[in-house]
Parts: sequence; C-alpha cells; structure tokens
Amino acid sequence: MSVKKSIPKVDGLGLMLGKPAYTDDLAPRDALIVKVLRSPYAHAEITSIDVGLAKDIPEIKCALTHENVPDRVFTRAGQGYPEPSPYDARILDKTLRYIGDAVAIVAGITENAVDLAISKIKVEYKVLPAVINFENALDSNVLVHAQGDSSSMFPIGHDPSRNLAAQYSMQIGDMEETLKNCDVVHRSTFYTQAQAHAMTEPHAAVAYYDFQGRLTIISSTQTPFHVRRILAKNLDVPLSTIRVIKPRLGGGYGGKQAIHGEFFVALVTQVTKQPAKLVYSRKEVFRSTYTRHQMRIDIKAGAMKDGTLKAIDVDILSNTGAYGEHALTVLMVAGSKTLPLYNHVDAVAFRGDVVYTNLTPGGAFRGYGAVQGNFALESMMDELAGILEIDPVEFRRLNMIKEGETSKIFEVMGEGTEGTAMTVDSCKLDECLDLALKNLDWKNKYPRTVVDENRVRGVGFAIAMQGSGIPYIDMASAILKLNDDGFFNLLVGATDLGTGSDTILVQIAAETLGVSVDKIIVYSSDTDLTPFDTGAYASSTTYVSGHGVRIAAERMKEAIVDKANRFFGVDNATFDGKNIVAGDQTISLDEFSTSLYYSEQQEQLVSHGSYVGKKSPPPYMAGACEVEVDKRTGRIKVIEYFAAVDCGTPINPNLARIQVEGALLQGIGMTLYEEVKYTEDGHLFNDSFLRYKVPTRMEVGPMHVTFVDSYEPSGPYGAKSVGEIGIDTPPAAIANAIYNATGVRLRALPITSESLWRELNK
Amino acid sequence: MEVTLIINGNRFSVSAAPDEVLLDTLRKLGYKSVKRGCDSTSCGICNIHVDGKLVPSCAFLTVRADQKEITTLEGVQDKAKEIAAYVTAEGAEQCGFCSPGNLMTLISLFNENENPTMEEVKHYLAGNLCRCSGYEGQHRGIAKYLEVKKA
Repeated sequence: MSVKKSIPKVDGLGLMLGKPAYTDDLAPRDALIVKVLRSPYAHAEITSIDVGLAKDIPEIKCALTHENVPDRVFTRAGQGYPEPSPYDARILDKTLRYIGDAVAIVAGITENAVDLAISKIKVEYKVLPAVINFENALDSNVLVHAQGDSSSMFPIGHDPSRNLAAQYSMQIGDMEETLKNCDVVHRSTFYTQAQAHAMTEPHAAVAYYDFQGRLTIISSTQTPFHVRRILAKNLDVPLSTIRVIKPRLGGGYGGKQAIHGEFFVALVTQVTKQPAKLVYSRKEVFRSTYTRHQMRIDIKAGAMKDGTLKAIDVDILSNTGAYGEHALTVLMVAGSKTLPLYNHVDAVAFRGDVVYTNLTPGGAFRGYGAVQGNFALESMMDELAGILEIDPVEFRRLNMIKEGETSKIFEVMGEGTEGTAMTVDSCKLDECLDLALKNLDWKNKYPRTVVDENRVRGVGFAIAMQGSGIPYIDMASAILKLNDDGFFNLLVGATDLGTGSDTILVQIAAETLGVSVDKIIVYSSDTDLTPFDTGAYASSTTYVSGHGVRIAAERMKEAIVDKANRFFGVDNATFDGKNIVAGDQTISLDEFSTSLYYSEQQEQLVSHGSYVGKKSPPPYMAGACEVEVDKRTGRIKVIEYFAAVDCGTPINPNLARIQVEGALLQGIGMTLYEEVKYTEDGHLFNDSFLRYKVPTRMEVGPMHVTFVDSYEPSGPYGAKSVGEIGIDTPPAAIANAIYNATGVRLRALPITSESLWRELNK
Repeated sequence: MEVTLIINGNRFSVSAAPDEVLLDTLRKLGYKSVKRGCDSTSCGICNIHVDGKLVPSCAFLTVRADQKEITTLEGVQDKAKEIAAYVTAEGAEQCGFCSPGNLMTLISLFNENENPTMEEVKHYLAGNLCRCSGYEGQHRGIAKYLEVKKA
C-alpha cells in the first residue's frame, strides 16, 4: 500500500540541505540583471519618458518602456482559457494605476549599474486623481480604466465606465416572500482586509535562448502552461518557440498563479539575445504582485423560532485594485463555497460588485473568496443563533448540509460561469463538528471561563467547505514510462509549489501499479517534457491530477500484462507489482523490462492518462478554538485550535496535516495580525517583514488536526482536496470565541487588540 | 576590495564592492543554500555562521568577513541531514525555502546548548519565518530529534 501512508516528500531532503533548485539558483551565471522602475503615483499618465541616460551606462544592455513593448491588452490572471478575468492590463502601460505599477524595464550586467540606470530614467508624469477607498469607487468620477479599451471574453458584468471590473448576481427561491414569513431577520455587515501571501521565495523569472534557439523561461509559477500561452500570444510568437520550466517553488498560496516577471525577462532576452533574470525585492513582492481581495459583505438571514434557517441574502463589494485579476471568480467563490453549507433554506441570494481602485491588485490567494465569505456567514450564524436563543451547535446541526444531499448552488454558481449539479457523496461535516468540539471540551468551556479578574477565555467554532478543482475546466494529465530494470518515469504537468503534490502523485502511481514508491521517478511542470495541466490552483491537484496519474498507471499495468501474455504465450498473465506470473512461470518486472528492450518484443512501454473533473466534491471541516482575552489591553491569544477535516482519503496523512496546519496559521494571521495598509494617497506602507506581521512561531498556540474517516467515491482512492480548506475557519471561529468571551462582536478583520480594546471601553 | 574568505574550510580570494553583502558573494561563488527572503534581516532565511556566530548574511558586509571562517549549509551537510530527516519525517519542510536558514540556526543553537528545551528552541528560532508549515510540524520533528539524541 502506498496511499494513506506518510512517506517523506521526494524532494524534501534535497531542499532542506540547500541543493540548488529554485528559479534564481538555476539562472545562467551570465544572466543580465533585470529591474523594473515602479510608479511613484497611485494614478498617473506618462507624458514623456526618456531612457537615454540610462542606456549610456556601459553595463546597461536594454531599457524598455511602453513605447517599445507589444501593445496588447490581456489578463495576467493565469487561469483557464477563455479567461473569466477582464482584459485590462498591458505589459507596460502609459497609464499607471497604482504605486508600484511597472513604468520601465532595465537590464544590465551588474545590479549596481541597473540601479543607477533606473535612477537616470527621466519620466514626466501627469498625476491624476486616484480612487483609494473601495467603498467610494463605484460610479466615482475618477475612473481607473478610463481608456475604454478593456474588455471581457464573455459576459462578466465588466463596466469600466462605472469602475466595475465584474459583477454577479443570482437568486434561488423567493427572497422577499421568504424573509417576510421569518420569525427573525437579522442583518450585519462584515469587512475583510487585503492580505499578503508573504511566501518566503520572492517571485523570480529567468529567460534565455537555448541551443536550439528556443525561448526558455524558468519561473516561480503555479501555472507553467498558462504562462506559455499568455506569453506567446502577447509577444506574438508561436507557442512552439517557448518552453516554460517550473523548478522548485518557495511557496505560492495563489500568489504565483498570475504572470509576474515573465514578460519582462522574455522581452529583455528577445531584445538582447542574452539570458536575463528578475528576482523581485521583498518590497516589490508586497507592492507589485497582488493581495487577497478586500471585501465588504452584507448578510441578511432569516429563521424561524424553532431554529430553521429559511433565507440567506449576501451582497458583496470586492476591491480588485488596479487590475481585475480573478475579480469575478473570487467574488463568486465567496458564495459558491460557503452558501451550500446551509442547503435547506427556501431562498438564497448572492450578488456583488467588484470595483477597481488605484491600489495593488487583488488576486488569487488560498481560500479564494471562501475565507472572506466564511467569516461573514459563520459569524452571522452565531449571531442569529444568539438572537433565537438557540445553542449555536444545535443551530448548525439543524441546518447544515448532510451526506447524500445537494445544493442548488452547485448547479447555478461555477467559477465565472454556470456551475455543475452534484450530490454530495461524502460529507462527514457532522462528525467533524462533533470531534472538533469534543477535542476542545466545548461542553465544559462554552461560552467562557474566567481566568482571573482581568483575563477571560472564550470558545468559538465555524464550519467550512471548499472544492476539488473546477469541473469541466481544470484538466490534468500524466505520462508513465517503463524503464529497463523495472522502474518508471512519471511525467506530470501538475505544479508542486511546496505542497508535496509530486510525492502524492508518486504514491497514487505506485498504489495503482502495485510497486513501491522508490520505483517511480517523478518529473513535473515543464511545458516541453511533461503533458498538460492547468496548474496548481482551485484545490485541484490531488483530485484532478491524481486521477490523471491513476488512469496512466492503470493503462501501464494493462500494457505490462499484455506484453507478458505475448512473452509467455498465454492469455492470463498477472502482474503483482514485483513479478509477472503465468501459470507456474514467473519473471520479475526488472528482468522482464530489461528483456523487453534488449531482446524480446523490443517495444517501449508508455502510457498516459488525462482527466477533467465532472464534479468538485467539497472537503469539509470544523474548526474550534479557545482564545484568551486580556480585558485591560485587548490582547487576544489563541490558546488552542482544533480542526477536524473531511478531505476524503488523505493520500499522505502527514502532508495533509501540514497543509491544514499551515493554512490554519495563515487564517489565524489574517484574523489577528495581517493587513496590507495604505496611506490616503495609496502608498502601501507595510511593505517589509518588519512592518507586515506574518505570524512567527511565538504567536502560534498548539494546533490539533484530525482527519475523520471519509471516502469520496469520485476521487482517486477516495481523495478530495485539502490545500485550501484549512484557511477558512479561523476568522469566524476566533470572532465567535471573542464574542463568547467578552460579548463583543467584531465584524472587521483583522481583529486587533486595539479594535477589541476600543469596543471593551466604549 | 580584495578580501580572503574561508568558506567551509576553503580559502577564496574575492574582489568585493564596499557595499556587497555576504549573501550575494556566497551565491556568486555557488553557495546556493544561502537564500534571500527579505532585505530587512527579518526572516532568518539567509542565516549563516561567521566565526561560529549566527548572522544574517544579507546584513553582513563581505569586506567585514576578511580572514573570517564562514560556514554555510554546504559545509555542514552531515549534521544538517541528521536533523533534517526528522523534519521531513513530519512533512514539515513543505516548500523548503526557509529550511537552510532554519538548519543553520538550529545547528548554532546546538553548538551553544546541546540539550535545549522546546521552549528554548522556539525562542532561538523565533526570527526564522515559515509561511507554509504553521511551525507545529517543524517543532514535532525537532522534539523527536532531541529525544532520540538524548537517549
């Protein structure tokens, strides 16, 4: 057995020992250093730009501006094609839409020379009024995309004349009538902040022409195949002339799904014919990549006195910043991956506007709307239970989704388009809830325990769901090759960004073939050498790529048996992973494969498998925590966090556990510490690890992650996804715990000591 | 400026700019375990040892390292492997980018204190950021390593 086993990551030891493996490690020694001049203004037009003095510096080989790069409008989002994000960005634009937007690219031999050259570029800006507050953006007289040349590939509600990147609305049932008949209707407004991914490896990209004259890009990307497509299209070269290699990645969490430096290095190499590399500074990572979409979420919910939830009405304003990357889809996931939790309601409505502002763009980030939506929904459920004077646990049990049920939302809401109807064949949410609460000792701790006259502890929880890939969009494939001596190469398009997907795909291949994991050598994410995969996002790799690998391995097994039948002249040979047996004759795979290439039959065995999801089975979880509040200072400490997760079969329980623990801490960080902050003129001022508070190991209390026994019939070996679900519960669970400790309901993230102290001292 | 660096026991004569930091010098010489996570000495990822002392190489001028003994992870592979195996057994290295800095910090701790408590470990590693793992898995691995070492 290879699945359900906690084997170490295949690349783990090498990475820990510091072997060269990341983008910058692999750059040619003579690569030109590429840097980008960034806009100092939130909104401005370049009236003139002169790179003459920069180019005069002998070490400088190239300086490019909007005047001499391809003028194409596209989206850098890095999604499936056709993309649901508006086409609203250029490689370099005359109009600058946020502080940090790209003005010019300079490449030279030394870093110092490039820095000097950047300071010598003469730019005249016409400074324009800017939209900073996203609540004032809609129908503002300041337009972020006033040029009128943005568009969408299909209707997404894109209307730049209103600062609308995208808009969405749906309703199931009669909302007005249902609310009218409810005993209780409650309404609250929640705010979630922009959060930075803060992956430890800054974004990096390398370009060079290889010995065949092909443009090779090494990039810290989650989507190598999308990078190839978007690059080729907008550089106006055939796809066949570009190779994209994704080496090891130093984390991504969605932050490396979109295009970042790839165009810049590609252009420099095109112009100079020399290798080029761009490694973002930490400041650039903060300012000039993207953040989680900031949101305002209005929820209205109606229920009967007996605790039956009848209606949920959600209205969202989402801030996509200067460009609309993932604008529509993040918005929709805020509803589509939260609202099905309460599938018994008579009416459910969801609408939202995604607005442009002159700030760092929003983009993909683990949780992808679901974490924002979950904070609002699961806070609201506690509020409503409180008003109804019903135990919040009972309230969930009465109303939450159960195994074998469905939600109309699955059919109505997809990601950018209509969804896919499905029944939920694995849902152990009830067990997750019981287990998380039992482990926390909810019975004895709810709602609060007093520590001393100043400190009080409260408990809170939330339930959550996510998805497993995007049905009929996310596609993955794998190739298996049998070598002499009986080992296999597994080639996958799937993109391991540190998650361990290479390892779990090896486990799935080994399980299917019946061989040990050391017989599978995996190579991933190289557009020349590996088959297609949409990339690492939407919690798709285990479920979608896993199936691709399973199918390839099943076919390989069939091919081995077929060749063995011919070898023995029988029709009933079997392969047990080690030996091939036909009656009383036996040959080991090692020997057989060697003979297959050197003496008998002499034909290479290769198999492939590809898969596109037909549904997106949600993983579920319950998160419960105890927090301590010091009433004198408002200090909030998460004492312990208990997570019970239904991800179907955890293919590698250790790696699944770390996915959840890491996501929990990112969620706790989002709840208590992290916020991308801007000044009134749009200057992102916490653009370093000194000022942006990534949780350290001193902040984290014990996190206890348990997996409930679950099996998803449609998943590879019963697996669902596990990469994102862990981030969803902390905001609401902690907010609910603070309420239970203090009676203060905080509806804006992050919940800082200061914000709590203010409420306590009102 | 011409400086002599003794890196993992090997002497190198290098020409360094006055504002050049060891992080860049070492990477140029091929010591790729030394990685840049930030530029404000706040992530611990570029940690190395200079004359046995733990330093962030992004803030250590190369000219200051003249004639000094520099240790990077490449120079302590056996020791590192011993510890790393306990972390990979938990799956806690994840993207691995922070690992070399973590290991250099841990080795420094063990040089100073052979049997630290987990509280001491956490305190010593407080400046080493990890965004993937949530830290708990790293701590499980280190705790097991310490247990086995004690036994």
